[in-house]
Amino acid sequence: MLEQAFVGTRKYYGLLAGLGFLIALGALGYYQQLTTGLGITGMGRDVSWGFYIAQFTYLVGVAASAVMVVLPLYLHNYKAFARIAILGEFLAVAAVTMCLLFIVADLGRPDRLFNIIKYPTPGSVLFWDMVVLNGYLILNIVIGWNVLEAERNDTKYKPWVKYLIYVSIPWAVSIHTVTAFLYAGLPGRGFWLTAVMAPRFLASAFAAGPSLLILLCLLVRAFTKFDPGREQIQTLAKVVTYAILVNIFLFFCEIFTVFYSQIPEHMMHFKYLFVGLEGKGQLVPFMWFSMVGMIVAALAMVVPKVRENENTLAWACGLIILTTYIDKGLGLISAGFIPNPLEHITEYWPTGLEAMITLGIWATGFFILTVLYKIAVSIKEEVRA
Amino acid sequence: MGINRREFLRLAGLSTLLGLGGKTAFELLAPGQLEAQQYVPEPGAFKAKRWAMVVDMRKLDEKTAHKCINACHLTHNVPDIANPVNPAAAVSPEEQVRFRIKWLWKEDFHNAFPGDEHDNLQEKLHHMKFLVLCNHCDNPPCVRVCPTKATFRRPDGMVMMDMHRCIGCRYCMAACPFGARSFNWRDPRPYIKEVNLNYPTREIGVVEKCTFCDERLSKGQMPACVEASGGALIFGDLGDPKSKVRDQLRTYFTLRRKAHLGTYPQVYYIV
Ligand code: SF4
Ligand code: SF4
Ligand code: SF4
Repeated sequence: MLEQAFVGTRKYYGLLAGLGFLIALGALGYYQQLTTGLGITGMGRDVSWGFYIAQFTYLVGVAASAVMVVLPLYLHNYKAFARIAILGEFLAVAAVTMCLLFIVADLGRPDRLFNIIKYPTPGSVLFWDMVVLNGYLILNIVIGWNVLEAERNDTKYKPWVKYLIYVSIPWAVSIHTVTAFLYAGLPGRGFWLTAVMAPRFLASAFAAGPSLLILLCLLVRAFTKFDPGREQIQTLAKVVTYAILVNIFLFFCEIFTVFYSQIPEHMMHFKYLFVGLEGKGQLVPFMWFSMVGMIVAALAMVVPKVRENENTLAWACGLIILTTYIDKGLGLISAGFIPNPLEHITEYWPTGLEAMITLGIWATGFFILTVLYKIAVSIKEEVRA
Repeated sequence: MGINRREFLRLAGLSTLLGLGGKTAFELLAPGQLEAQQYVPEPGAFKAKRWAMVVDMRKLDEKTAHKCINACHLTHNVPDIANPVNPAAAVSPEEQVRFRIKWLWKEDFHNAFPGDEHDNLQEKLHHMKFLVLCNHCDNPPCVRVCPTKATFRRPDGMVMMDMHRCIGCRYCMAACPFGARSFNWRDPRPYIKEVNLNYPTREIGVVEKCTFCDERLSKGQMPACVEASGGALIFGDLGDPKSKVRDQLRTYFTLRRKAHLGTYPQVYYIV
């Protein structure tokens, strides 16, 4: 099957070349970071995690959301999703790869990366995150590959694959839960200290991930001879609708607890995000855009007319991806550190180099995604021809 | 940990029987403790059941505070990012804030004890500069989260760093509620004017913090800051009822930073 990755149109190679260029730029930036230290980023002693960890968190969600295709197909025997399950699984592979790269990019001493395995520490959530992420990556590669191979040979995949699929369903939930536990169990970080963090992570993930999948399906249809199918896209759209509504609901639960209890340690981070503190509030416009945009998109998705028209659907999905990205990728991590535990306010904004490295990793993910989708779509075209 | 030693051994034994394996069972129940047991003190070293510090703010004026900070930072090769050896290595004021490394430093009352201030505070508190450092917590979240046990707790209560094992993930910095940890965002060496050859300098990409001067205690010396403080800092063994720290805690009312978080800080303040 791999041979399919090497035969393609000029557009395919052009896309890979473009992504390759961004990867090279990112690698250049990373070399600079390796030699002079993480000081090239905007992070510091007060905001000690930044853009990298935020991307990681967002992408864990995208990866986990593959389950929204796998679960209806294998547990409820919703056959329509058989057509696109592979797209979900391969999206997960690309997303988890990016997650792992972002973690490595964030390490001060990547040369000692394997200390996590050499000195396993079950008390650390980061140890478990490493375990579940790598496990999920392997699961999705093995499952995706075997199911696709079976489809190509017009046979049924081997029985053991079925068991792996069953394992992969709770596993998907676990990756985002464990990632939420990274933050939600820290004393003295009032913003993150909330039991609703894991559920909210899952809700926003199940909105953003399938939204991305819808856009990818539309792209696949536009640029290849394989049509992921209208029904499939519509079912995904319903998943997105419910998930984004739950996400907004959970956000308001959080707001209620924080502001009705009036506990300063919990309120001050929200104040920083939405009104600013002591004149510092560079995230304020972003956060308002994110919240208002998310609500508008959610309400739009509830209207059947909007959802059923694939043009307006694409716009709504785009808006959901953008607004959840701002919420999780921009606000969530840095606001946990602002104000710091001593109530000093140091703001954070990524530097150019940091953005370049970030873009390089995204490009790596999309490179992998393009190749994997190329393989999958070629096989689908072949089978249907 | 909330369980005593006997209970701990019993549980560890049980879980070994259950097939968790001796080492992992110990690790699960008391992460970081195993590392600590490998430590053997030298002869002539100061030993304690539980080290602790009392900061007597009545004796600590700003000048003394500076003396303590200098003593600590000189002894431990803590870089001064604002003052590079070679002016070419100078960084912007904004970067000085971001890259700063602090083992021992000053804070105002409302920053050292957020939430405890009010509008009509005793006048002197407005002017006091509190010395803050790692609290060597009894239930340290930094140890709990570290994925490599580069941060570990010794049986005598010291929370230690292995800078050769640290991968620089900075999870411990997110976990510490006291801002006691610093990361080497860049090479610290160009910012150390006088290098103390008896203490290592650090590399890019690792975390560091106050160590309660383990290297001095093991030679029978008091911590550098305590020595420089002229009696304002008192250091000793909480396990010894006759120790000076116990005497101070018995005699005066003391505060601890963010005690409600349950990390059980072991630096006490007399105001
Ligand atoms: S003060 Fe911070 S670094 Fe020190 S032991 Fe407590 S949690 Fe750990
Ligand atoms: S930065 Fe180092 S000490 Fe801190 S948690 Fe990571 S490995 Fe442990
Ligand atoms: S105890 Fe030692 S390491 Fe800690 S602040 Fe004092 S001098 Fe520095």
